[in-house]
Amino acid sequence: MKSLEELAKIRERMAGKVALREGENSIRIVVGMATCGIAAGARPVLNALVEEVAKQGVSDKATVSQTGCIGICQYEPVVEVFEPGKEKTTYVKMTPEKAVRVVAEHIKGGKPVVEYTIGNTII
Amino acid sequence: MKELSLNILDIVQNSLTAGASHIEIDLAETDETLRITVTDDGCGMDENTVRNVTDPFYTTRKTRSVGLGIPFFKLAAEQTGGGLTLKSVPASESDGHGTVISALFYKTSIDFTPLGDVASTLCTLVQGLPDGTEITFTHSLPGGTVSLDTAEMRAVLCGVPLSTPEVIVFIKDDLASQYAEARAMK
Ligand SMILES: Nc1ncnc2c1ncn2[C@@H]1O[C@H](COP(=O)(O)OP(=O)(O)OP(=O)(O)O)[C@@H](O)[C@H]1O
Ligand SMILES: [Mg+2]
Repeated sequence: MKSLEELAKIRERMAGKVALREGENSIRIVVGMATCGIAAGARPVLNALVEEVAKQGVSDKATVSQTGCIGICQYEPVVEVFEPGKEKTTYVKMTPEKAVRVVAEHIKGGKPVVEYTIGNTII
Repeated sequence: MKELSLNILDIVQNSLTAGASHIEIDLAETDETLRITVTDDGCGMDENTVRNVTDPFYTTRKTRSVGLGIPFFKLAAEQTGGGLTLKSVPASESDGHGTVISALFYKTSIDFTPLGDVASTLCTLVQGLPDGTEITFTHSLPGGTVSLDTAEMRAVLCGVPLSTPEVIVFIKDDLASQYAEARAMK
């Protein structure tokens, strides 16, 4: 690490928000990161989701996490969105570009991007 | 895999699955060679498993019958004229359990897969790192060394999670500037 002071500043900024993040009402964004997902391009998708959550200022209401093989390798990269009290949304064949839209329209705007979901994707 | 950094991500995921509390990722690079070594203190593998894992039909996973991670990595090394070694001590045999996977690549080979975006692999790993697991990363290049230590970062963050998006973006920028310096010195 080069600049631990910079990291200390982030701590100061984020300390108050941590409680919110661990609250009950958060949205969970889960990315499949087994060999099949990684080979299909899950890494840039995950990193784009993380970056967009920070950039679009929704890190107090959504968390991004990783899981193993979701079991639908031919649809990788796969991203699942869990919202309290709602049915899960499964996004398939994800790309970093699609990730930007999912954060803007679904996480921030509350409306799933239907055209990227599993029922609407031809493989 | 398109980049060796993706193989690294995959190999380290195995260490995480093995319940490691400390994972060391060491990249040693000269003008001609690259050695990638991943050391963990996870549950390890018995002799039989070690013999089988480099075979693409071996896996302990449930959703697919073949494990691909280690065979992919081994093939990528062998096709450059290098190779892969795997040493493991299972938890059932010793308190000093864990696994060391080391692969040697000849960069001059036309079949050398580029290392690619290591910073991106590290961001992904730190983002998903469980509490109680630490990663140390060192990449020695001809022009300098790039490093990262999650235990050190946690100490500074005191309680703010490593997975905080702002922290991941910080790591990405910090590694980019370390790499720029190491590459400029050459
Ligand atoms: N660092 C490690 N510690 C303990 N066991 C390991 C380690 N690395 C690999 N293994 C064992 O070897 C097996 C094969 O690993 P490999 O990565 O090739 O396939 P996999 O993880 O089973 O599936 P995938 O194709 O998703 O990676 C694993 O299932 C695990 O049992
Ligand atoms: Mg694996």
